[in-house]
Amino acid sequence: MTPTLQVFLIVSAALFSIGLLAALSRRHAIFILIGIEMMLTAANLNFIAFWRFSPPAQQPVGVMIAIFSIAIAAAEAAVGLAMVIAVYRHYRTTNVDQLDQLKG
Amino acid sequence: MSSAAFVIISIFTLAAALAAATLRKLMHAALSFAVALVGIAAFFFLLGAEFVGLALVFIYIGAVAVLIVFTILLTRRHAGKDRGFNWSGVAIAVAVFGGLTWSIVKTQSLSIVAPHVPALTVKRIGQALMTSYVWPLQCVGLLLTAALIGALVLVMEEKR
Repeated sequence: MTPTLQVFLIVSAALFSIGLLAALSRRHAIFILIGIEMMLTAANLNFIAFWRFSPPAQQPVGVMIAIFSIAIAAAEAAVGLAMVIAVYRHYRTTNVDQLDQLKG
Repeated sequence: MSSAAFVIISIFTLAAALAAATLRKLMHAALSFAVALVGIAAFFFLLGAEFVGLALVFIYIGAVAVLIVFTILLTRRHAGKDRGFNWSGVAIAVAVFGGLTWSIVKTQSLSIVAPHVPALTVKRIGQALMTSYVWPLQCVGLLLTAALIGALVLVMEEKR
């Protein structure tokens, strides 16, 4: 029995939920970034799975969207990690719970 | 597309991703994240998108994971370990997973097997990138340049 589209989508949903868990439950800024990257990659897996399981088309649209999405995720990671370093320089911590200067 | 390969890759990927999300030491989590990305690249190979799998290995493991490791090394004077775990986040993640799985399983039109498609060659991807997708390609180039300059500006020393 070959895997259907459903099982790929379920694996992708599990990966997305693990990324959400990392982004919501950890206090360290780098863990939050890792979680966001994991959610983006789960979305890429969905694009590729839908492309593979749809009837052949003129253009490989799903693959193209995945390539552009990977490029945008790389830009996002660079800016996010630069922000982590800037925050660390300013506050001497990367724990997001302690960044409470704007708290009323 | 064989079932055994799918089961092995999915267990490998999900275990590495769970380790990346729950390990206490930041460096171990970053390395588990790289292992999880290897699993996702293997999924892409399994699905017949070899070019995207290779791009994932180059960009994510070669650049993003190394960047994360560099940032950990640059900022770890105080926080070697991450203490405290927000359990409401776990509840939300489990609820999201349950909802997504329920809706995926309920949708009958998703239980299809892969049709036979011709292999996606790099030549076809290149032709598509240079003809129909040339405008988005230029925009991504502009975006990457802007992100590079923005990251540099963010980490520049503040003038006092």
